[in-house]
Amino acid sequence: MSSTETQPEDTPIDHRTDLLRQMLRIRRFEERCAELYSASKIRGFLHLYVGEEAVAVGVTHALSEDDALVSTYRDHGHALARGVPMDAVMAEMYGKATGCSRGRGGSMHLFDVRRRFYGGNAIVAGGLPLSVGLALGDVMSGRRRVSACFFGDGAVAEGEFHECLNLAALWQLPVLFCCENNLYAMGTALNQAQAVTDLALRASSYGLTSWPVDGMDVIAVAEAAQRAVEGVRAGAGPCFLELRTYRFRAHSMYDPDRYRDKEEIERWKQRDPIDGLAADLRAHGELTDDELSGIEEGIKKELDQAVAMAETAPVEPVEDLTRFVYAERPR
Amino acid sequence: MTTTRKTTYREAVREALRDALSRDERVFLMGEDIGRYGGCYAVSLGLLEEFGPERIRDTPLSESAFVGAGIGAALVGMRPVVEIMTVNFSLLALDQIVNNAATMPHMSGGQFSIPLVIRMTTGAGRQLAAQHSHSLEGWYAHIPGLRVVAPATVADARGMLWTALCDPDPVLIFEHASLYNTAATLAEQLAPVDIDHAAVRRAGTDVTVITYGGTLAKSLEAAEEVAAAGVDAEVIDLRALRPLDDATIMDSVRRTHRAVVVDEGWRSGSLAAEISARITEQAFYDLDAPVERVCTVETPIPYAQHLERAALPQQSDIVAAVRRVVAGGG
Repeated sequence: MSSTETQPEDTPIDHRTDLLRQMLRIRRFEERCAELYSASKIRGFLHLYVGEEAVAVGVTHALSEDDALVSTYRDHGHALARGVPMDAVMAEMYGKATGCSRGRGGSMHLFDVRRRFYGGNAIVAGGLPLSVGLALGDVMSGRRRVSACFFGDGAVAEGEFHECLNLAALWQLPVLFCCENNLYAMGTALNQAQAVTDLALRASSYGLTSWPVDGMDVIAVAEAAQRAVEGVRAGAGPCFLELRTYRFRAHSMYDPDRYRDKEEIERWKQRDPIDGLAADLRAHGELTDDELSGIEEGIKKELDQAVAMAETAPVEPVEDLTRFVYAERPR
Repeated sequence: MTTTRKTTYREAVREALRDALSRDERVFLMGEDIGRYGGCYAVSLGLLEEFGPERIRDTPLSESAFVGAGIGAALVGMRPVVEIMTVNFSLLALDQIVNNAATMPHMSGGQFSIPLVIRMTTGAGRQLAAQHSHSLEGWYAHIPGLRVVAPATVADARGMLWTALCDPDPVLIFEHASLYNTAATLAEQLAPVDIDHAAVRRAGTDVTVITYGGTLAKSLEAAEEVAAAGVDAEVIDLRALRPLDDATIMDSVRRTHRAVVVDEGWRSGSLAAEISARITEQAFYDLDAPVERVCTVETPIPYAQHLERAALPQQSDIVAAVRRVVAGGG
């Protein structure tokens, strides 16, 4: 991807410090979640996004408020980048009534209808059909909105992936398929699970515009996503981005991470998207140590407050257990 | 003055679809071979020509994708009617139905509703063997978050769709394939039809036969047969398989003191099992005999006509069960 084609006033480079702040905000949130998990404040499955922040931040940067986002079980980063308030996300981790899913979803199932965040889906590839339908509804209603869908490399092995790319391409629907290729479907390496590991190539076989992107470089992701979104919004049909990234932590808190080479992890950590951007900003005189401390301080304050609110928030009354199984309506 | 006309079940479903498409521009149909082909049971024949390809959407053979797309479209305000050829094929979309449609409203704390209708055929009787003949609606009736209905009459085939479309929750409509050619006289002016209540299709005093869908006609015929021998059977058509209308069932059983449940599903873990359990829980002391069940023999449905027939609940099986419960007890 070349950065020379984007409009100066629109270029993500203008927002580089903000992109850094957003990535740091996700990183610190995830680190705090890990601590809270160890302290048994958060339970269930917890899948951390550490290392992949550039993907969520870069892609959501290219979306407008009207666009939709469908996520996976590794959804904290997507939710935060999309603007779901941190206190509502943290309260959901705590299973509280003030959580963004009123304590019924937990870490894997964050939702926010106001921000068109259609949720963490814990079935691999299960969100793709939803995104196709969101886009179909928009087209049929004459709305020019984009539906973006995150999923991992593991999803590419699922039937739903192939059904959905075909259907979206067949009907030329405004879907942005965002494949977070972190090289592992839980513990199984991409090359152990898929006969063809070039995922962008496979997507292109359905007639979609697709290309690989350096998912460790938030600027590259933002620019690619912006270009992709422009095409999708303009009616050029769906687009597929293979965002090549890596998770620095284990699959979940239960994962002893026996299947990855420590050297491989270290090698990828050298490409930390946050460190990389921070160093670049410093080198260009766009970020001072004081400014960085200020950013960190602001995030810490927000996090402390989110945790404090989650700690004291009320739980859903047990009498409301079966609320929302069916829509509430006058009888 | 009310005028009437003869209508087949197939025509009734088609009229219901046409009516919905005409009344609400958010309604659209989506499924395999529903457009150019006219529907695998010819239900949607002519609708493509009438409403165009935007609203009568032929899909690729990808049940999961187009059922999920129906959920997504419903989430943004459309009123999709998704057709799946048979319940057997719906298993390819089970992830979307069970993991998304049934869970999202609750899992999101009530932020979303999914006003989606999924129609599919169910049931055996046409020598289509074990991958086109099963009655798996009981599985869906197990799932909180779904509404499941089974129109057994032409009037319900005509009326349930619109009510289902007006419902904010996902509704699964099961049409027994043996019903499409059945016919009845419908009033020109149709009253709204509910999808909440069971209906007493034949009033009686001696025994309650509880059934739905494809076995309603057999149950009614069985009731007539035993009537000749002096047994007055009440026949209840469940109509709604989830939620079940306990009140209508119990009210009847408390009057007749005997119950036979007829279900084309297999006996183990079936709707018949659920209904039987509920009767035991709620009306045990009103019973004069153990509840009987008439279900499909526990085998994949075979092809050969005599074997298929032997596997399915038949009128004679229902008659025999009714006689047993009437003979039993006090």
